[in-house]
Amino acid sequence: MRSWWWKILGTLFVGIAIIAGILIPVPRLDITNESIRNLYFHVPMWFTMIALFSGACYYSIKHLVSGDLRHDVYAVQLTNTGILFSILGMLTGMEWAQYTWGEAWSNDPKQLTTALCMLIYFAYSILRGGIKDDEKRGKISSVYNIFAFAMMIPLIFVIPRMVDSLHPGNGGNPAFKKYDLDNTMRLVFYPAVAGWILLGTWIATLKIRLELVQFNRDNDFLFKS
Amino acid sequence: MTAKRLLATLCILLTTTSLCHAETEMADIMRSNGKIYVVVAVLATIFAGIFVYLLMLDRKITKLEKTNK
Repeated sequence: MRSWWWKILGTLFVGIAIIAGILIPVPRLDITNESIRNLYFHVPMWFTMIALFSGACYYSIKHLVSGDLRHDVYAVQLTNTGILFSILGMLTGMEWAQYTWGEAWSNDPKQLTTALCMLIYFAYSILRGGIKDDEKRGKISSVYNIFAFAMMIPLIFVIPRMVDSLHPGNGGNPAFKKYDLDNTMRLVFYPAVAGWILLGTWIATLKIRLELVQFNRDNDFLFKS
Repeated sequence: MTAKRLLATLCILLTTTSLCHAETEMADIMRSNGKIYVVVAVLATIFAGIFVYLLMLDRKITKLEKTNK
């Protein structure tokens, strides 16, 4: 436990989001009703995914520059945790859509593009599984990861905003405006986002550290024999 | 005359929309029963459990890192 304060902070933020997210009054809107509270739980999943994928892209570039396999471990585990959060985000989104849009999958542009983005990242894991050599796997998958991140930005941020979508903030609808998010909701929403990002980072670091222990052990073995 | 009629229509429209909003279903009854706090408690417990689990995992990995050095 080298630095623990941000782990506690993340937990506190998510704890606040769970308690205040259910108890604090929300705007009365038709159709969404109380399900507007899902904003505190569904949306942070995507923010966390984006944060983790950004970290993975950063470490992929770092790995290409340095050739250090430890940076590759960072990139892989950040991507894996990002994939976990993307699955959680997709499932919670489909649950929410079932009761507000009428069906879990309505081929909404944002649903389609995020599904594409997820497939691109699934392919990353498959690509890695197919290469035996450590150095080659690190190089190729790092390049792929950077391209995947470059694809994620238009898929998630640009295309859904250019077409009509059921999601708020797309097709000319406002997002983060008073209709979608009033000031009391902001008070819960921002800590929720920060908390989940910190928590996601914590989970990723646990996996990274475990992999690094394994990595060091393997290298020691090679060195001694 | 037309202005008056317009005003009347507008008034009716405004009152009906505000009435519609008042009838929007919310979880008020559930909260007046006080049962919503049970759900909050359950969620808080689950999350506390996840936190403790992560904390223990963290400490275990820290121990592993120390023994491997």
